[in-house]
Amino acid sequence: MFEIKVGSLLVIALILGTVLAFAALLIWMERRLLGFFNDRLGPNRVGPFGILQSVADVIKLITKEDWIPPFADKFTFVVAPIIIPVVMLLSFAMIPFAPNIGIIDLNIGILFVMAMAGMASYSAMLGGIASNNKFSLLGGLRAAGQMISYEVFMGISLLGVVILSDSFMLRDIVEAQADGWYVIPQFLGFIVFMVAALAESHRWPFDLPEGESEIISGFNTEYSGMKFGLFFVGEYIGMFLMACLIPVLFFGGWHAPFGLEIGGEVFSGIFWMSVKSLAFVVFFVLVRAALARPRYDQLMNYGWLVMLPLSLLNLLVTGAIVLLQGS
Amino acid sequence: MLKGFVHQVNIIWSQIVSLWLVFLHLFRKADTVEYPEIKPHTFPRWRGRIILTRDPDGEERCVACNLCAVACPVDCIALQKTEDENGRWYPEFFRINFSRCIMCGFCEEACPTHAIQLTPDFEMAEYVRQDMVWEKEHMLINGTGKYHDYNFYKVAGKAIGSKGKGEARNELPPTDRRSLLP
Repeated sequence: MFEIKVGSLLVIALILGTVLAFAALLIWMERRLLGFFNDRLGPNRVGPFGILQSVADVIKLITKEDWIPPFADKFTFVVAPIIIPVVMLLSFAMIPFAPNIGIIDLNIGILFVMAMAGMASYSAMLGGIASNNKFSLLGGLRAAGQMISYEVFMGISLLGVVILSDSFMLRDIVEAQADGWYVIPQFLGFIVFMVAALAESHRWPFDLPEGESEIISGFNTEYSGMKFGLFFVGEYIGMFLMACLIPVLFFGGWHAPFGLEIGGEVFSGIFWMSVKSLAFVVFFVLVRAALARPRYDQLMNYGWLVMLPLSLLNLLVTGAIVLLQGS
Repeated sequence: MLKGFVHQVNIIWSQIVSLWLVFLHLFRKADTVEYPEIKPHTFPRWRGRIILTRDPDGEERCVACNLCAVACPVDCIALQKTEDENGRWYPEFFRINFSRCIMCGFCEEACPTHAIQLTPDFEMAEYVRQDMVWEKEHMLINGTGKYHDYNFYKVAGKAIGSKGKGEARNELPPTDRRSLLP
């Protein structure tokens, strides 16, 4: 029960605690980093280096009035913000953090993560339609459209990895990368997946569902207090999920680069996994700081006319090469 | 076809360039001034908190002429004139509501005696709204403020206490009007 192995209670508790704590820390980290990118300092007052900023935020959100607008659909309005953190945490069950560290290894791991990422869009859609407000409805519509079009090539871009590793299980994929990371043979797939991951987690520059300059705050305009906090935390868990998924799929997961193993197998695995996912978190923040939001038609054009053909091309070429090598 | 391809490549290249340029900002010094620890320098003529000054002899400069209250665009100054036994005018009360004051400095410009002056103090927040209303005893300082030598009653023609007509600085003795008759 308390041994270090996949699915033991100790490991589950550790992963859940780490993910929740890191999601809270991520809010502070993003604001701080964004400050540095903008030649500012960011929040640095609460605790050492402002590390307790999230605690202050949570206290503020909990003590705020938890208001449900009288014109809203009450049941849907309450259910919508719960969906996104739950499905994002469920996705974390699939992530293999290190040898023997993980919650469950389904043989359809990738499909499960994709399904849960698709479920997350219900949060934005239901929140948008339940608010009964034109800006929220626009935000919900945009979320739905964005999810449908970017989910398509997100899945297709992963099929190259699946072909190479011959498995849908994320742990098998990591183990198949022991001799070489998939980012080299699957570079196109990596780029496409990266863009789709940004869009899936509503990260900038694809934050059209809540585009502040256009539709106030999009689908969460009517939300206040901890209901807004759940949307917020859910998106940050989603960002952390994508930052863990990209190393697992393309950067060798827990495998050390250039054989730089530190300590034991498990410790080294956790260390390198953390380094890689932190690097992607920093990259996501950099993307937020640097890139401008596209128009909605540009987003759709880009998705269907550039990214989808690219991912199909990647799939075709990878399949052809594997077929030729196999025969 | 080729044109569209070149266009897409240009778009992607410009995104990469902007990512790199913004990344370089990580190594720049932040422009933020951490305010409560590092105070900004305010110049002597900064228009901040309003004070009432005294003349070099230590008497109140204010002569309760009401010009400041008239000049004030938001009507935040209230005062009442009274006189001491020497005939010297002074305000019985002098009240400024700092929650209304817009720090325009018109009162300072209107003041004929340099009594009311604006100072570089800009930290005027209070927890209780009523604390924003300052009375004379809060504003009156034991100094001359920005103008060290000016003493209104020493240069004005008004007779007060020991000083009679014609005894002020740079003032000629009163002319006997009858001597001017043809």
